[in-house]
Amino acid sequence: MHENLDINIEQISKTEGHADLEVKVRHGSVEYVKLKISENKRFYTQAVRNRHFKSVPQFVSRICGTCSIAHLTCSMEAVEKCLNITPSYQTELLRKLAVYGMMIRDHALHLYFFCLPDLFKVDSVFDFDKSKDALVKKAFSVKSAGNNLSKTVAGRAIHATYQRIGSFSHIPSREDTLTLIRELKSVRNYVLELIELFYDCGFTFERETRFVALATKDFSFLEGEIKSSDGTMIKEEEYWHYLNQIVIPYSQATAFKFKGDEFMVGALARINLNRDALHRRTRNDAAKYLGIFPSYNIYHNNLAQAIEILHCIDHSIQLLEENEFKEESAPAIRIKQGKGVGVIEAPRGTLYHMLELDREGKVRYANFVIPTAQNQIKMEKDIAGIIPKILDMNKHDIHHELEKVVRAYDPCMSCASHFLRVKWNGSFV
Amino acid sequence: MSRKLRVGWFSFTCCEGSTMILVELMNERFFKWRELLDFRYFRTLKGKNDMTDLDIAFVEGAIANHKEEEMVKKIRANCKKMVAIGSCACTGAPANQRNFFDKSRKTEIQFILDRFGNTDKVLKLSEVVKVDDLISGCPMDEKVFLKKLDQYLSEFGILHA
Repeated sequence: MHENLDINIEQISKTEGHADLEVKVRHGSVEYVKLKISENKRFYTQAVRNRHFKSVPQFVSRICGTCSIAHLTCSMEAVEKCLNITPSYQTELLRKLAVYGMMIRDHALHLYFFCLPDLFKVDSVFDFDKSKDALVKKAFSVKSAGNNLSKTVAGRAIHATYQRIGSFSHIPSREDTLTLIRELKSVRNYVLELIELFYDCGFTFERETRFVALATKDFSFLEGEIKSSDGTMIKEEEYWHYLNQIVIPYSQATAFKFKGDEFMVGALARINLNRDALHRRTRNDAAKYLGIFPSYNIYHNNLAQAIEILHCIDHSIQLLEENEFKEESAPAIRIKQGKGVGVIEAPRGTLYHMLELDREGKVRYANFVIPTAQNQIKMEKDIAGIIPKILDMNKHDIHHELEKVVRAYDPCMSCASHFLRVKWNGSFV
Repeated sequence: MSRKLRVGWFSFTCCEGSTMILVELMNERFFKWRELLDFRYFRTLKGKNDMTDLDIAFVEGAIANHKEEEMVKKIRANCKKMVAIGSCACTGAPANQRNFFDKSRKTEIQFILDRFGNTDKVLKLSEVVKVDDLISGCPMDEKVFLKKLDQYLSEFGILHA
């Protein structure tokens, strides 16, 4: 057992973006854990000021490649709320489908390519021997189904082009939807196998915490009230008032507490708080696995993601089968001064975009709250909590275990590195 | 076993959208590429990475701090060909937006730049090292990437045209 231990991991692998980890143990006790999100800030909260609202959603999509549809959609909502625009029913359906495509693709990348190598004790997808070719083929098929859903509905999977304020500039044809339905149906069984793999994986680390998620009625990630595991229900526009910004000097990302305490957002929070809203077919076929929620086991975040892929497939198939999509004109826009808040569930948790527009429709002030930044404090505390349990391992294995627990959160460092001077009573402090 | 193209895929200050495009291109091509490409450095997918003796380094993102400057120079010294990937590496934008901030926004962010050892300006790749080729787009244009990859496979004698 290590009495004294120093660990420095430069660039944690198999995550989105860059983060380093520094751990110091003395006399068997953890002195500190520093999770340093090292992704350079690109200062979107500052750069968006003075931009005309029409260009804002596409601009903030660039905050993150893999989560770009989440930023785009959340920003659209913020603009629409600000200008009192109600998107059409069809627009809401297409947004759900675009977000489902992102969730399938992004969760599949995380589970099959970042986490599965840990389950099979290999370094990466490139190290699977040929006996795993069938599994790898299934992995790419699932990811491809998500990619194609976003591409067809939203134009591209990364920095999508068809979404516009209040409507879509391109509508999928009947032929498109039939192709998507076929592809989604063809991978459904693969996802059930994936769920079984993560159900059986045997990884455990539990620590009680508070969970927070947008509780959508149809588990579509887009609308509803924010729910906390302590029973608090919060309107989207009020969310900021429940958060406490915490500056962590060694991290490029501002951290957050919720009502003064650490908390967790993401798939585990969503399934813990809102699993009854999952699609009926998902609830039926995943009943055995859903029985273990609510759970504090951080590795169940992976299982929750796998169940969410199944839900996204089931609900997408239903939406595509039951709806005919038609060309629609964009709603009229009347520019006015005001404030709008968009809140959606991004792959890694609750995403908040706030915009304040001036009379000309230019951004006066913006604020973005990113899921990984909200999870930062809990991630560090989990690392500190797991270390005493693994101090009898060799250094290589400790290193691996620490990366594994960080990966369980599926953090996205590209998104997380924001900085905002908070505005009080109209001026910056 | 025939030689594979030794490649590294690196990411600096950006949204990593082009990395996502590459990973999506693998959906249809993984088994083919496994025979042709040796991904020696690809931190998004691999824990064990080696950046030495590369045929091609694909570099995504702009250069925003001194550590990145040093790293990209090291990559340059270890590769035969360097290809800038995506808008931030090719042009600096949009990662370089702080270069154009007015005085008040510059003042607002200065302490962050000091704390994390950032360069005065965010630089496109060719402002730091010699770049042999560009694949632009935000994210990179996947058709151009596939076409160029075929060219590189011929150029390095992996595939014969």
